[in-house]
Amino acid sequence: MSGYLAGIIAILSINIIFAYGIFLAVASGQLNLGGVGFQAVGAYAAGLLSASLGLPVALTLLAGAVVAGLVGVALAFPILRTRGVYLVLATFAFAEVVAGIILNTDALGGAMGMSVPGYVEWQIPMIGAILVALLVFYLMATRFGLTLRAIHDDEDVSELMGVSIRNVKVAAFGLGAALAGLSGAFYAHNFGYIEAQSFNALVSIYVLLYVLLGGTQTAWGPLVGAAFFTLLPEVLREVLPALKDFFITLFGGVPDGSRPDESWRFVILGVLAVGFMAIRPEGLVTRTMVERLTFRRPSSRFKEVTE
Amino acid sequence: MSRPILKLEGLSKAFGAVQVIDDVSFDVPQGTRMALIGPNGAGKTTIFNLMSGVYTPDEGRVIFDGEDITGLPSRKRIGRGLARSFQNIRLMPHLSVVENIMLGQQSRVSGPGAMIAPLGRRSRWRQEAEALLSEMNIDTYTGEVVATLPYGIRKKIEVVRALAAKPKMLMLDEPAAGLNPSETAALRDFLIQISETGTTILIVEHDMSLVRSLCDRAVVLNFGRLIYDGSTRDVQNDPQVLEAYLGSRHAEEAVHA
Repeated sequence: MSGYLAGIIAILSINIIFAYGIFLAVASGQLNLGGVGFQAVGAYAAGLLSASLGLPVALTLLAGAVVAGLVGVALAFPILRTRGVYLVLATFAFAEVVAGIILNTDALGGAMGMSVPGYVEWQIPMIGAILVALLVFYLMATRFGLTLRAIHDDEDVSELMGVSIRNVKVAAFGLGAALAGLSGAFYAHNFGYIEAQSFNALVSIYVLLYVLLGGTQTAWGPLVGAAFFTLLPEVLREVLPALKDFFITLFGGVPDGSRPDESWRFVILGVLAVGFMAIRPEGLVTRTMVERLTFRRPSSRFKEVTE
Repeated sequence: MSRPILKLEGLSKAFGAVQVIDDVSFDVPQGTRMALIGPNGAGKTTIFNLMSGVYTPDEGRVIFDGEDITGLPSRKRIGRGLARSFQNIRLMPHLSVVENIMLGQQSRVSGPGAMIAPLGRRSRWRQEAEALLSEMNIDTYTGEVVATLPYGIRKKIEVVRALAAKPKMLMLDEPAAGLNPSETAALRDFLIQISETGTTILIVEHDMSLVRSLCDRAVVLNFGRLIYDGSTRDVQNDPQVLEAYLGSRHAEEAVHA
């Protein structure tokens, strides 16, 4: 397998795990814009344990998830008192605090960054992403998943139905933080080098976009969202020159064969993101869509009821 | 009369300077179907919110099944057997019908083990929810997402969701609002069916013919005060009730006529 493809599979797997982490919080109605903070905690926990103690990768991956999860649970209690835009700002501020701490801590390499031993190839993150996806699909089919979605729809009524809102929210936020941390640990071991600058606010925004544009109603959403927005820039890298030539010919010019500016990819990405929001405000994958694509034709539904 | 399942003792609640509920006391006898009526703004929904714990009263006590629940958090009241529906339908729009019913079972679920057990076809919770739906004759829509269903069906589902908690008492806030006459008649039969299983029903309702045909007792509120507590047969002849609904001059005419 070419290095290019291996790199894409690795980053896709990392993005999928990351997206599922944010999805768990968002599915219960909590917009987490501090995802990269948890990812950084996981990456640095794994990196530090690997570099200073020489722990095996299996342990450092686990440690990255556990440490980020604990930070998530500790943060969940104060942060869940806030709602809506204030929750967004609070999680955002958390990520900035994490970046600030990393930059000012010599043991973590400060602004110099830190190289991480224990390289993992693309296969390990891919297996990780598959397992995480299965876990989230399973969780969404349990009562925990049911209460998550209920809280997302109507928190007050969920409470009156006997749902322990705080426990469910803390569990979702904490588990989500652990998954974000796991994605960070994979990132650290796959890239072999981590620095504070790569855990910037833009990453949090992107992963939240994957989840919101993919759809928050089913576990398919983050998978589709992360895959779409990770692969699209790569596809555009190939398609863009042809697209440029096409437009130049369309307006009567003669293509000169030069490559278009790279920033056009992000223009197209942005336009698509806005377009999706306008056309499918509930995300690319909605619940009714999944049902239509699977087994629920009227005849089978009738059978299900009479069984 | 059987012993009361619910007792309100001297309940008062003010929002700022407005005394919304003023020293209200009444009993709901076990197993009855009882109505709570009154003009708009009389405080009926506030009473419901005080009973279900959405608000805490400034004064007075709520006794349910022999136990003082005044300070009990709303989340725990449904577990004691006090369930409610809402004036505006508040089903979870993105959940299917059967999932909404399974949410109604939440108060009977305990422990993290039950939270992470799957709710698939073979789970006893799903089977129980489906059985309840078919018992209540609304099993045609089981797998459908609630947002797409007709209004009358959603009203019924909301009542069944409250029933899924296996409550001792069911509080219904205007269940017939927005229903046409045949839907209202179906709802009445449905509520009678529920009450025959031993569940006490307290209903807030404006439709007086539904109240008369469903309930034997009524309490009437006006401006946050209790003005009538008695049989539904006599309620429309009570001078204070007439005054509350029609104004004092018309009330005199009605009595003299």
